[in-house]
Amino acid sequence: MDTQLAAPAGPRLWTRPRLIKRAWLRWAIVLGAGLYLVLAIGSVDVNWARVSEGIVRAARLFSGFLQPDFTSRWSDIQQGLIESLTMTVCATVFGVILALPIGLGAARNVAPAWLYGICRAIIAVARAFQEIIVAILFVAMFGFGTFAGFLTLSLSTIGFLSKLIADDIEEIDESQVEAIRSTGGGFWQVVDYAVASQVMPRLAGLIAYKFDINFRESSVIGIVGAGGIGATLNTALDRYEFDSAAAILLIIIGIVMLCEYASGWIRKRMA
Amino acid sequence: MAVLLGEDGARGWRLLTAEQRRWRWFAWLALVAVTVLSWRVMTQDTIWAFVSDAPRQAQDIFGRMLPPRWSYMDRLWQPLWDTINIATLGTLIAIVIATPLAFLAARNTTPSALFVRPVVLFIIVASRSINALIWGLLLVAVLGPGVLAGIIAIALRSIGFIGKLLYEAIEEIDETQVEAIRATGAHPAQVMSYGIWPQILPAFATIAVFRWDINIRESTVLGLVGAGGLGLALESSLNTLAWPQVSLILLIILGTVVLSEWLTARVRKAII
Repeated sequence: MDTQLAAPAGPRLWTRPRLIKRAWLRWAIVLGAGLYLVLAIGSVDVNWARVSEGIVRAARLFSGFLQPDFTSRWSDIQQGLIESLTMTVCATVFGVILALPIGLGAARNVAPAWLYGICRAIIAVARAFQEIIVAILFVAMFGFGTFAGFLTLSLSTIGFLSKLIADDIEEIDESQVEAIRSTGGGFWQVVDYAVASQVMPRLAGLIAYKFDINFRESSVIGIVGAGGIGATLNTALDRYEFDSAAAILLIIIGIVMLCEYASGWIRKRMA
Repeated sequence: MAVLLGEDGARGWRLLTAEQRRWRWFAWLALVAVTVLSWRVMTQDTIWAFVSDAPRQAQDIFGRMLPPRWSYMDRLWQPLWDTINIATLGTLIAIVIATPLAFLAARNTTPSALFVRPVVLFIIVASRSINALIWGLLLVAVLGPGVLAGIIAIALRSIGFIGKLLYEAIEEIDETQVEAIRATGAHPAQVMSYGIWPQILPAFATIAVFRWDINIRESTVLGLVGAGGLGLALESSLNTLAWPQVSLILLIILGTVVLSEWLTARVRKAII
């Protein structure tokens, strides 16, 4: 210890560390963000007359939510719901069946290099566009209706699940693979007893999660003509039937919450 | 796991017991039955002539799409700028609204776990379960078509997302640090500012940037329902069957999404 202590030079100030340490970078970001905000907000032109008209509509929409009308369009709603649900089930099952081999092929530690390349390319293509854009193209090719929606959701399931399966397989414990192989197990036995048993619990949760997402998406792709409850909702809003629209939205929220709780329950049980 | 004894006394090994296998068999049967039933209901209105015609249609469409009409680019800069604005302003509004909601929803900061928390949790769930496009449909019906409807649609959808991730982050903070600040006699606002906020700041920044990335994707298609941006140009090109313009717009969307993903990855790396 230093015996000759200097006189304390006033109270010491402490400032907390910043998220961005370099001062010039921090100020540059703040200035840039400010400039951008001014430009961006300036370029939003709002038709205030139309907005003030809209407030009346908003009130009607809100009162529609308080008194949703389930009955007068019930047959349309029922049809839409059945379409959405069947589409979701078929697309999830079909997507999973295709995603399993593709995911297996896209795992570096299982598949040969040429297969790895092909499968990763398939995944990249399947994930490139949002469902709604894929739905537009499929509707143009396959005609209006649930079949286009089914194909859209299948493709997005393949993109989503194959990638996650492949990433999971790449992270498995290699010693188990070696153990099965050392007993003389062939390729499929290794996949069955060493790979699948490690990946399966998480995979079941992911499938449940994707089912949940698929239902949400199926309520949207109807807007571009791919069938399902989205088409019914779009029609209701086009006719300004806010009470029927509110009923549809409440049903969607209800089913989504149900799916979310169910998939959460499955994930918890499987984990 | 089950060990079986064969007739000759040899021991066999199986992954599942007989009862487990029976259950699995029924579960698979039920799954197949539901799928077949769904398939039949789903395809009863399908016109198979259109489906079998699809490869020819696809060839036709892609033939029309190529090459993209590059000169159309001049008229896409404004929608592109709008798209970025919808995503960014929407994310900002969502952050401003979702942050206080997250503090109200987190178990350790909520003023009342009995009354406030369930209400806020319901707001978060409702916002999350309605897709941005559906919010867009509603808002276009209310506010009229335009960028404003898009911004609010993105904001409403993002509130639930940001709120949920943020309140989970708040619930995972280290309470000892909060207690240390409180022990110095700090005002609740100071506890918030010095004890809680620094702990969730990295999570906060990551969540915001992550949601911005998703919002860029969603805002490219919001125009399909009239809420401004690139989707609006896409919709009008589709309606006039101008496929070379459609392919150009799809390329722009892809480019924007890839760019925003790259930017997000950079920012995330810088934060973590």
